[in-house]
Amino acid sequence: MQRRQTCHVLIGLGNPDRGDDGVGPRVVESLQGQLPQCVHIEKLAGEMTVLFNWLERADAVILVDACRSGALAGSIRRFDVVAAPLPSDAFAISTHGVGINETLELLRVLGNLPPICIVYAIEATCFDAGAALSEPVAAAVPVVATAVQSEFECLQANMERFDA
Amino acid sequence: MNKVSIMSRKTIKVDYLARVEGEGAFKIVVRDGVVRSAELNIFEPPRFFEALLRGRSCEEAPDINARICGICPVAYQMSTVHAIENAIGISVGQALRELRRLIYCGEWIESHALHVYMLHAPDFLGFDGVVDMARKHGEQVRRGLALKKAGNQLIALIGGREIHPINVRVGGFYRTPQRRELLQLRDTLKQALEHALNTVRWVASFEFPDRERDYTLVALRHPGEYPFNEGRIVSNKGLDIPVSHYEKHFAESHVERSTALHSRLRGGQSYLVGPLARYSLNFDRLSPLAQQAARDAGLGPTCSNPYRSIVVRAVEVVYACDEALRIIDSYVEPDPAAVPVQTRASRGYAATEAPRGLLYHSYQLDEDGTISKASIVPPTSQNQASIEEDLVSFVGCYLDLDDIALQHRCEQTVRNYDPCISCATHFLRLDIDRA
Repeated sequence: MQRRQTCHVLIGLGNPDRGDDGVGPRVVESLQGQLPQCVHIEKLAGEMTVLFNWLERADAVILVDACRSGALAGSIRRFDVVAAPLPSDAFAISTHGVGINETLELLRVLGNLPPICIVYAIEATCFDAGAALSEPVAAAVPVVATAVQSEFECLQANMERFDA
Repeated sequence: MNKVSIMSRKTIKVDYLARVEGEGAFKIVVRDGVVRSAELNIFEPPRFFEALLRGRSCEEAPDINARICGICPVAYQMSTVHAIENAIGISVGQALRELRRLIYCGEWIESHALHVYMLHAPDFLGFDGVVDMARKHGEQVRRGLALKKAGNQLIALIGGREIHPINVRVGGFYRTPQRRELLQLRDTLKQALEHALNTVRWVASFEFPDRERDYTLVALRHPGEYPFNEGRIVSNKGLDIPVSHYEKHFAESHVERSTALHSRLRGGQSYLVGPLARYSLNFDRLSPLAQQAARDAGLGPTCSNPYRSIVVRAVEVVYACDEALRIIDSYVEPDPAAVPVQTRASRGYAATEAPRGLLYHSYQLDEDGTISKASIVPPTSQNQASIEEDLVSFVGCYLDLDDIALQHRCEQTVRNYDPCISCATHFLRLDIDRA
């Protein structure tokens, strides 16, 4: 029987035209060409059905997004969403859609959450239209990128061991 | 989290997060068990864009204005291109006209599906939100997701992508889809139509507060079709004007207590735009299938109960799916993809029917097509006065509720209008003065 191709996905969420909201896409951009070939890379605005479509067919997903929880700007947190939901007070939801929290929990309730689902959240400070990343958030980009790269390389190694 | 201080003045504050573009603030004053006043404030992103557009080329405007809203970018693009084309005196041919209706169908499907399933249905079924609702109504939520996906696919195919489409331009499109590309979506849209009909049956089974008011309903009306991009502006109180006369009959005023501009008829009356208005003023223009779905759902040819707007939205999704299939079945690829654009010093006007209601644009152009002045009046700001009046009228029936339950009722009432804030589960900063 032909083994289904494993689907690993890296998604950077956010609006690059809104200050620190662009940190997710920025991390993804910095990792272009740096990840194992099996990893699909996407920059998404966060629209729920597009996100849903990627997540429900993935075996492993890492999402990178800005958050606001009151922590120090540029702080980085890693969440294992399979183990527990994201903290509801840390992730902004757009005024006009369903946010990342609800999308992930919907997937969980409907039985479609990927077996591996990690969120890297970077504490944001500024969402002004047209603004660049703030200094502390920009400094977090290479740190998160390195961590994400390491995670995917580890997943790749595990996959190769399984296939061997 | 909500915090309640038990004093003569009760304040309920909802903590919301910085990326939330809107700020909803609502203050009620109650005396002797009667609501004396209500003030509602909703942030309006289009105001920022009016300033941003000054000095930009009119041909940049569709791409700029697509970013006003992530759920109804097509509406902003359609009002933009029609107003600019009105200014420079060009009209696109029938094939391009049909394609514009088709992309608008996609937006109505995805926007209404999002609102019905993710935002409003939980209110009627007693759930805190869609996740809560999905635990018991998983099949229905999947249906809503499938509908939204179908709408998004249609927008992506014609507009280039689901969010902030990039293929719309003054004069038409940068690229028009081939017939075979549209036909590939046919099965998805046929399935979407079935989902839409089931949606009407589902929401029609909800319990609705028996609340009606004598609204002034305002919408486009077209001689031959349910309106999307064209028509005269009409009301149920006798108004019947060309779009170019909008500013003679409707006025915006800055309300001192808020950052918002409120829109009223020049006589001072509030009015209502959106699905209830569109439906009540254009029932005879719906397709036979959509009309029958409405009748089966217990709707008459008009509807003045804002809580039943969820049923009307579901009927409009049926219409949009039906209309999309009609257009696809008769599609002739436009050639060229856009008509030539020759700018001139001029002023243009347009109104199109966004999912939430009438969206008015007006542009003043210089000789070279530079925008010197822009006016964008979104449906949410046109509805603010009406929303306030609903809250004053209806909230009085719920004053015996505690503040948290009362806040929920207020949010449900505001969500009848699907305004640009309602997606947050708890979006209102509610200040109740019960002294």
